Amino acid sequence: MTAATSGHTPDIAVAAPPLGSWRAVRAFLRNPAAVLATLFLIMVAVTAVAAPLIYPEDPLSMVARPFLWPGQNPTFPLGSDSLGRDVAAGLVWGARISLLIGIAAMALGVTIGIVVGATAGYFGGWIDDALVRLIEIFQTTPSFLMLVVLVAIAEPRVESITVAIALVTWPTIARLVRAEFRSLREKDFVTAARGLGYGHARIIFIEILPNALPPIIVTSSVIVASAILMESALSFMGLGDPNRISWGSMIGAGREMLRTAWYLTFIPGIAIVLTVLALNLIGDALNDALNPRLSSEP
Amino acid sequence: MSLLSVSDLHTHFPTPQGALRAVDGVSLTVAKGESVGLVGESGCGKSTLGKTVLRLVPPTSGEIVFDGEDIARLPADSLGPFRRRAQMIFQDPFSSLNPRHTIETILTAPLYVHGIGDRAERRRRVRAIIERVGLPLSALSLYPHEFSGGQRQRIGIARALILGPDLVICDEPVSALDLSIQAQILNLLVEMKRDYDLSYLFISHDLSVIRYFADRVLVMYLGRIVESATGADLWARPLHPYTRALIAAIPDPSRRRQAAPIGGDISSPQDLPRGCSFHPRCPIATSICAERDPALEMHGAGHQVACHHAGSLVRPSTEMVGT
Repeated sequence: MTAATSGHTPDIAVAAPPLGSWRAVRAFLRNPAAVLATLFLIMVAVTAVAAPLIYPEDPLSMVARPFLWPGQNPTFPLGSDSLGRDVAAGLVWGARISLLIGIAAMALGVTIGIVVGATAGYFGGWIDDALVRLIEIFQTTPSFLMLVVLVAIAEPRVESITVAIALVTWPTIARLVRAEFRSLREKDFVTAARGLGYGHARIIFIEILPNALPPIIVTSSVIVASAILMESALSFMGLGDPNRISWGSMIGAGREMLRTAWYLTFIPGIAIVLTVLALNLIGDALNDALNPRLSSEP
Repeated sequence: MSLLSVSDLHTHFPTPQGALRAVDGVSLTVAKGESVGLVGESGCGKSTLGKTVLRLVPPTSGEIVFDGEDIARLPADSLGPFRRRAQMIFQDPFSSLNPRHTIETILTAPLYVHGIGDRAERRRRVRAIIERVGLPLSALSLYPHEFSGGQRQRIGIARALILGPDLVICDEPVSALDLSIQAQILNLLVEMKRDYDLSYLFISHDLSVIRYFADRVLVMYLGRIVESATGADLWARPLHPYTRALIAAIPDPSRRRQAAPIGGDISSPQDLPRGCSFHPRCPIATSICAERDPALEMHGAGHQVACHHAGSLVRPSTEMVGT
């Protein structure tokens, strides 16, 4: 309490912790697993963006003799599948679909979840009751079954798969946001905002939401991972976009040759495992970094 | 004419055990330029009363007339002009400022929301008020956690005053602060009252703070006003046994032994006793106190008491101490 000694105009010589965001970034960078995971994801993302430059040809076209094993022909480093399609090209182009659907579905799901959860948690009362019932309807339906039904009804295209995945993931975010808003709306700074005559939209999005962001960010990274898994599962079942190659559809196409050409399922499988693992590691690290009580920094 | 006139205000909260009567029929007035102190122990409903007057908690019934207009009946979306004129200073300076906003944002937003001035004018006003409450301009770019409790309360005061209100409700504004800082903040509040022509409703459980601050004092017990008098009159001639107990409880180095002036705990506002709500703890209660609820009655000029035996009490005595 420096103000005690300096009379009427206290100076700002308080032992202040550094700004929240920088502290979080430093905590995140001290976690080697998280740094490694981030570098891996950056590599996957760069590959995905640069796919048309690396393999300008359609990855679905037949370019080689079927069943080339990895390393057998230097032109096709990861070999070729039963129809003579380049596995390496498929992997690179598949990263595009996986990341695109993962990130787009997360963005849409998180947006819906924030709007529904914030409305329910902030207003309470009958609005909350009604929205909680809606969330429960979605949460009690087996999500993958609903996903399959949604995609089967709509045409299996990237857009419809993205929307379908968003529709089964938003309740998770909505519940989280609702819980955060229910506790934050009781804080004095929210009472002060109401007393100052701020509108509901301003209180929700400018006053409360920034304080609820850390857990939302953490959950979002895990949602990207599960969206990638869902898309792979759909493609594996043949419910993916037939005009686009994805990691899931590569596994689906290779599963009948599991005994003879296991590399056809193993290579895209390892890509999914590493990407999902990286996203989960980042989620864990963000959780530690954004939660000041858990971080080792004083 | 009084700036604020509250009559028969009730604020009840529904609970599974029945209605919690936090504010149970309060009437009070605050004149222009007056400082009214509201004193009572924790849980007596004084903060709820303050928040109800500002319509931060919905009133169950009663009138809140502010400058001739009944605020209690206004729809929520027409409270804007009232919000500009009545503000609150909060108890906890750590939770009352949004940790994600800079001080500049915290102070500019109210002006922006109420459409006051252009960008340059808002900037000028924010700079004027931050200097007026005794903080350097460099404070504007910082976040609340970079300040001490006293500095944050200065920011809280600046935020309450930036819209130029007439009435400020101070809800225990110094009770969360170090003793040495309390005096600075109280002095600042006195200066602000003079400079900005404010009226205060000053809520506190600390009689010595109220004594320093208030022109008139209201004593609240279990959701009701039990005594109302000018400051000097109340200290010289407390008439309600609860007020006398509160005054006797102020630590006094000249008294050798500090006895607990009243025993027992405050009754639950969900299950109010019959008759006078203070009678289970009252040292002078008689059978009438358990049956009839005393009304707030005049006992001398400007001095109101809700006690059946108020007339029989003349001097604050020490006999009741230790009963």
